Amino acid sequence: MLSSLLAIYWMQPSTPIRHLDFWLPTVTVGLSVLVWIVTRPEEKSSLRENLSALLIVAGTILVIGLLRYLGPVCCLTPSRPPNILQILLAMFITGGLTVLIARFASSKTALINTFVILILSIFILLKAEPLAQLTSSGLRSLTGQSTAMASALDIRWLGFSYVAFRLIQALRDRSAGRLEEYSLAEFLIFIIFFPAFNAGPIDRLQHFVQDLRKPFRLDVTGILQAGQRIVLGIFNKFVLADTLAIIALNDTNAAQTASTGWTWVLLYAYAFRIYFDFSGYTDIAIGMGLLLGIRLPENFNKPYRKSNLTLFWNSWHITLAQWLRGYYFNPLARALRSSSHNIPMPLIIFFAQTTTMLLLGLWHGITWNFVIWGLWHGIGLFVHNRWSEFLKPRTVIIEEKPLLKKTLEISGVVLTFNYVTLGWVWFALSQASLSWQVLLRLLGVGGGG
Amino acid sequence: MGNQTSPSPIRLHAVLIKSLLLLLVFNLAFAAVNPLPCLGRLSVYNWLLPGRTRLPYGDRPDLAYNMSLYNLEAMFAAHEISGIEKPTQEYRVVLIGDSSTWGFLLKQDETLSAHLNRMGLTTTDKKQIRVFNLGYPTMSLTKDLLMLSRAMEYQPDLIVWLVTLESFPLSKQLDSPILQNNPGPVRQLIKKYQLDIQEEDARFVDPSYMQQTIIGQRRALADILRLQFYGVLWAATGLDQYIPEQHEPPQADFEVDVSFHDLTPTTLDPDQLAISNLSAGVKLANGVPVLFVNEPIYISQGKNSDIRYNFFYPRWAYDQYREMMLELTQTNGWHYLDVWNLVPSNEFTNSAIHFSSVGEALMAKELSSAILKLANP
Repeated sequence: MLSSLLAIYWMQPSTPIRHLDFWLPTVTVGLSVLVWIVTRPEEKSSLRENLSALLIVAGTILVIGLLRYLGPVCCLTPSRPPNILQILLAMFITGGLTVLIARFASSKTALINTFVILILSIFILLKAEPLAQLTSSGLRSLTGQSTAMASALDIRWLGFSYVAFRLIQALRDRSAGRLEEYSLAEFLIFIIFFPAFNAGPIDRLQHFVQDLRKPFRLDVTGILQAGQRIVLGIFNKFVLADTLAIIALNDTNAAQTASTGWTWVLLYAYAFRIYFDFSGYTDIAIGMGLLLGIRLPENFNKPYRKSNLTLFWNSWHITLAQWLRGYYFNPLARALRSSSHNIPMPLIIFFAQTTTMLLLGLWHGITWNFVIWGLWHGIGLFVHNRWSEFLKPRTVIIEEKPLLKKTLEISGVVLTFNYVTLGWVWFALSQASLSWQVLLRLLGVGGGG
Repeated sequence: MGNQTSPSPIRLHAVLIKSLLLLLVFNLAFAAVNPLPCLGRLSVYNWLLPGRTRLPYGDRPDLAYNMSLYNLEAMFAAHEISGIEKPTQEYRVVLIGDSSTWGFLLKQDETLSAHLNRMGLTTTDKKQIRVFNLGYPTMSLTKDLLMLSRAMEYQPDLIVWLVTLESFPLSKQLDSPILQNNPGPVRQLIKKYQLDIQEEDARFVDPSYMQQTIIGQRRALADILRLQFYGVLWAATGLDQYIPEQHEPPQADFEVDVSFHDLTPTTLDPDQLAISNLSAGVKLANGVPVLFVNEPIYISQGKNSDIRYNFFYPRWAYDQYREMMLELTQTNGWHYLDVWNLVPSNEFTNSAIHFSSVGEALMAKELSSAILKLANP
């Protein structure tokens, strides 16, 4: 827990808003403690039993705060921590809230819903550019800085996207009665486990704590296995992805390239770059997890070799897709199926799939491009669903013809890869108008050869 | 029943020792062999990607899709001249010079070589005159000589060497990073042509043995790789330079300052200039005609312009330099063209030697007559 606590302060990038790079990880910890209080079973562990963990957390934050007195920028935090009195005040408020919730909160359901809304609100504030700019403006006023310089990029809250998923998962599981008892230390490690803090994977709390509770002995095989994973991840991220990044599609080169052929080259470079970048991070996280006795879940399984979009989403950012399936798609589809309005099945699937993918898009940022990217995949998944339905009665015929089966499979891989790749146009570029131009150029409309 | 043997346990220290040994062996072998020149020749340019029309140079690779590196082999392998086997019907002209020749702040189709090629010049025996831009930013005759030594591998029929006084002072001959980081080839030139430069000049970067290992040369290796990747963007966009929308015009007003480097005013001492580099160039050309061109400069009309022509040159130094060049070329029977005042002041971009595409067109027109004269003796 201590290493993760220190790591989240250390990894937090600097921000132009004074002391924000100290407050953001502090809020992450504070929010996690409060969510633990809200989600712990009432009849079980008392606050007193977890006092030592609480003291370690508070003590660590105080020590980090005290680094302020070792020089302008000493270590660990990217800028000088705030005045120690401010930190003590923040701790007092968090502590007070903790005690209040622990002792006097009568309706856990209301609290759970409040926290879900709070986390989602923070999420929206961070992801919607105008709101992020407004927030920056507000924070700059608080710190006495010029609001004219406020920018949406000011609030770089490292890992919050993933922290939010983990916290909501705990809140929803508690609400559904699926959550067992966890100590504060276990819960905090799960939320801020540093190898997976920045880019996942998103583990299940139950699974994570199981690993955490197992007696752990690191043997040679384990070290080699972890080392192999880390080296592979470093190679994928820092050699392949970072090199491909040079030629990957971006706003600048998209506007400068006129030919269809070269635009495809840049787009393919982007497709592989994003894969190696993300899967590289995951490999490093999994390898580091192994060294610490935690087997983090796999996040990628050769996604670009899948023969349809459904299989692609079962093998790309697997933990996020599973999270959305478990906490949004399935409950929604169940609710629609059991609705008294007798909604046709295809409509239920269409609605559930497109809105799920829309949410996935919005998770990356509240922009038109991410909306379109989400819809692109939602519609793709629905089309595949219908195609599968169409093929179902013909499965026997296809099985009897190996050549036809192979052809369908290969063309499926090619089609899926290119559909996903074309979707990256919306993901890689920031403006819908530019993305549309690039898409037309890729299809040979309005561009050179 | 056969003997069942359990797999031998992995010994971590053995794995680590073997890994370290391999790392050591590869690094020492790399340092011993120095494969960087060979690796530099491995290029995706001129087969997978079109060759560049000018040598790689740039300090904003992310915007310019071009970058500076010190590996001469990689630089020339990326240039279009490496990819074209000289056709019998080609009269090959190479341009050697500084950033003005290279085309600073100019798109690749606005450079001097581009203007000359667009003219579609031919010799009387119907050979197509093709001009290659081998200019390279930084002002030093020794740097020009180094580029010329490489250019000779590509069988030029005519060498056009564009010079200006700023490239002459002996004290600044080795200021160019490309020279400092290529001590071997530069020392060869110094020795072979007895240049007035110290072989043991402190500016040479002589890597230690450890700096020649893979770890020590990681930057050079990465640069070769990055150059290949930037080639994709160069091919896709046709861009090889970041040209900002705005730039400062050349300085027009000056203090009362007659200084020119460490030369004593007001007599230009030829002993403090790298004049021997010019004759070295002619020798290096080995019979291939060399046309020396005194390139245009910005002539200020501002404050104290009676003392200085521009930021670089006080009038006394530049006037004597022109006289010296004329005398030198006449004495040696060298071909010479002085176009110092050809380009109007308003066509200069951000310095006293950088001019616009219009200026380059004027240069091309003037130069084309001289080239045709030399190509059709």
